Amino acid sequence: MNSYRLRLRRKRFKLRARRKGLQLKALANRTDQIEAGQILLFCTCRNEDVRLPYFLRYYRDLGVDHFFFVDNSSDDGGAEYLAGQPDVSVWSTKGSYKKARFGIDWLTYLQMKYAEGHWCLTVDVDEFFIFPFCDTRPVAALTDWLDSSNIRSFGAVMLDMYPKGKITDVPYERDGNPLDIAPWFDAGNYTISRNPAYRNLWIQGGPRARVFFADKPKKAPALNKVPLVKWSKAYTYVSSTHMLLPRGLNLVYDEAGGEKASGVLLHMKFLDTFGAKAKEELSRQEHYAQSAEYMAYVDGMKTSPDLWCKWSEKYINWRQLEILGIMSKGNWA
Amino acid sequence: MSSVGIIMLVHTAFERAEQVIRHWVRGDCPVVVHVDTNVPDATFMAFQEALADLKVMVRFSTRHRCEWGTWGMVSATQDAAEMLLTKFPDVRHAYLASGACLPLRPVEELRSYLDGRPRTDFIESATTADVPWTVGGLDHERFTLRFPFAWKSNRRMFDFYVGLQRSFRYRRKIPEGLVPHMGSQWWCLTRQTLSAILQDPDRKAYDAYFKRVWIPDESYFQTLARLYSQNIESRSLTLSKFDFQGKPHIFYDDHLQLLRRSDCFVARKVWPRAGRLYATFLSKDPATLKAAEPNPGKIDRIFAKAVDRRTLGRPGLYMQSRWPRQERDNSVTSFPYSVFEGFTELFENFEFWLARETSARVHGHLFHPDRVMFDGRQDHFQGALSDSAALRDYQPQMFLTNLIWNTRGEQQAFQFGPSDLQKIGPIMARDRNAQISVISGAWAVPLFLSNRNFADIRVDAARLQQIENAHLKELRSPDTKARVRIWTMADFVDNPMEALQTIVDEMTGTSVRRLTEAPRMVDLQGFGQFLQNLKNQGMHPYLMGDFPVENAMPAPKQKVRKPYLVRK
Repeated sequence: MNSYRLRLRRKRFKLRARRKGLQLKALANRTDQIEAGQILLFCTCRNEDVRLPYFLRYYRDLGVDHFFFVDNSSDDGGAEYLAGQPDVSVWSTKGSYKKARFGIDWLTYLQMKYAEGHWCLTVDVDEFFIFPFCDTRPVAALTDWLDSSNIRSFGAVMLDMYPKGKITDVPYERDGNPLDIAPWFDAGNYTISRNPAYRNLWIQGGPRARVFFADKPKKAPALNKVPLVKWSKAYTYVSSTHMLLPRGLNLVYDEAGGEKASGVLLHMKFLDTFGAKAKEELSRQEHYAQSAEYMAYVDGMKTSPDLWCKWSEKYINWRQLEILGIMSKGNWA
Repeated sequence: MSSVGIIMLVHTAFERAEQVIRHWVRGDCPVVVHVDTNVPDATFMAFQEALADLKVMVRFSTRHRCEWGTWGMVSATQDAAEMLLTKFPDVRHAYLASGACLPLRPVEELRSYLDGRPRTDFIESATTADVPWTVGGLDHERFTLRFPFAWKSNRRMFDFYVGLQRSFRYRRKIPEGLVPHMGSQWWCLTRQTLSAILQDPDRKAYDAYFKRVWIPDESYFQTLARLYSQNIESRSLTLSKFDFQGKPHIFYDDHLQLLRRSDCFVARKVWPRAGRLYATFLSKDPATLKAAEPNPGKIDRIFAKAVDRRTLGRPGLYMQSRWPRQERDNSVTSFPYSVFEGFTELFENFEFWLARETSARVHGHLFHPDRVMFDGRQDHFQGALSDSAALRDYQPQMFLTNLIWNTRGEQQAFQFGPSDLQKIGPIMARDRNAQISVISGAWAVPLFLSNRNFADIRVDAARLQQIENAHLKELRSPDTKARVRIWTMADFVDNPMEALQTIVDEMTGTSVRRLTEAPRMVDLQGFGQFLQNLKNQGMHPYLMGDFPVENAMPAPKQKVRKPYLVRK
């Protein structure tokens, strides 16, 4: 019964995406360059120009072949910058981010149209994908291995990174590596429960729960994500990239005691651009749950903007994250 | 010169296959190539074209359809082997490889290795009873049932047909004289053995039999070689590792040093885009010839560990890709830890004393209702755990799991009692890693020492006793996996050193050192009377055992001076 309801919901989301797709206007469409088996990246952004150059560089190095951007009415020249890149296709829209299920409808539309049969990485501009052996193997090695293991989706938990000292202390320079400014993270204060409806794990914790949601931990933002999926027309993300339908794609964890391979999204939210962003987003009211999250941030930023504590861990490489038990190699060796 | 000939089965990554073929030919080895019929003709022609300049040394055999686990693989090998033996009469050893196999040592080394063993067949070959690596629970049955349906493309019929045969207890007859053996499909056989297999007068019967055997490419040559070989070395010269699903592990650029040190001749399977591996191992190596035996031990260990990680995982770790519904041994933690109930109430400096005696990390009441009492009362602890009670109470089990995981390698100890969050009680009781020591009724001591109205004390005492009693019941339940010790306060006070010694011995794992210094006990003078007063008010404190109304402990006596005697 439940599965029928989810099936209907999935169909509804797909229809919705088709409708919202009408809002998109192509600024640069280079999708004819895409070859079979290439790895695609999907991203929505708004006024993130300063972050774009490093973002593109990072994912090109990882081995992403083509980028899809939906620009939500930026006025900082970011869309034009993207349109000038040889491996990027950009669409722009003035539509409401919130009404497009926080951008997911737009991306679902593009994925429906262009991503069939490709491995798709769906991330935000402040998320940097880390997977086992990412310092020695390109992402195609991972996707080939997933293909040979008959795995369709790959999980990566969001790891909030932060600087030592005030967020505003060191300004982020265009094309700089944000990891140089914000290399710290919380290693072991995450809580996990299972979402029976969608079968995904619901992970909370980290500095955001610790500092901004210490008195209402239930409201702390979700950190579980499934950013890498071998796309099929039938698929759709449900809430950001936290979960998908059909829900079998959310089973990126083992329940019998073993470890499946998994990665991490280094979340570079807490740079000096954050304060302004939080205020802007709060005034736009375009975020989840009446922007409760941003409300908490703006409140929190007034009093204690230092997320660092004595037990914060400094990022070294993926092996460190795997030893800490934040990600796993699974049976990939 | 060409004492070694290669049979190569190719179905994908043709550029890499071509590179490897050229490498073999440079080393003066003839190659017979089989290309799967699944490959489009255009691709095949292009591949053939690319190798046209090597016509003398490279031949293409009749193409077959090679679906995994079916007979096509064997007939492809048979045809290619026949071609190799007839077209290249000076081949003495035939080496079966795939397009994804990469030679790790110079061809010259392989040749001299085989020249030194001219009568030896290298083929992994074991009877079904002796090997654990079977997929789908089919070991001996793969020789006694029929398998007309492909496992990969027609799984439903495959399973149905197996079930049907089982239910009718159908058994095929194994041809006279054959003893089923299986092993790695990548072998290296001598001309004598190989030709004996191919020219066997009974080959028709054998082929007919093996056509319906499950995964014949792992058993056909392995079984028949046993009939003819004079000297079988039951191991494959090809390094090939399989994971828990029976698919081969893949080698990447970062395996370079491992592969180099393994001294294996050929590795399978190599990722087609592992450019550095191909560039390194296919380059002309000027190094002097090594006569080393293949030694894949280290690679074996790495892959065995990977399989363990996938199937068993790290106990006590809860994370995005490991979320056991129930841990194998019911424990929610990764490492032993100790819980003390009633000790800080009875001893003034217990935490300090324990830390010194055991070198464990000693926390206060971690589940205190106001805040988490970390060691040193820090506001954060290992792993950036916060001291916020709200965060902890959101998921107390995860808090405990995280604390123990974050500090693995260092033993943790903490205090617990009836005023703390009780939700964690049953979780610890079921945890095999917990060592729980309880002095029951010791919660009365702070009440006894407090300066409060007796009526309030009486209410608190009744509440705490009820809570602790429920907790003790959990600890005494048959489901309890923790190591639990419970003393009544009266018993404990009677002989504290012995009890403390037991606990410390268990924590440190030794029983050599005697405790020299006891923690300082609070002054219990009047405690018996205090309990009696509670009783008189109608509240019966029973958890602390029997304290006589008179001074429970003899009050420290005033030192009486010895009479001063003078002798004359």
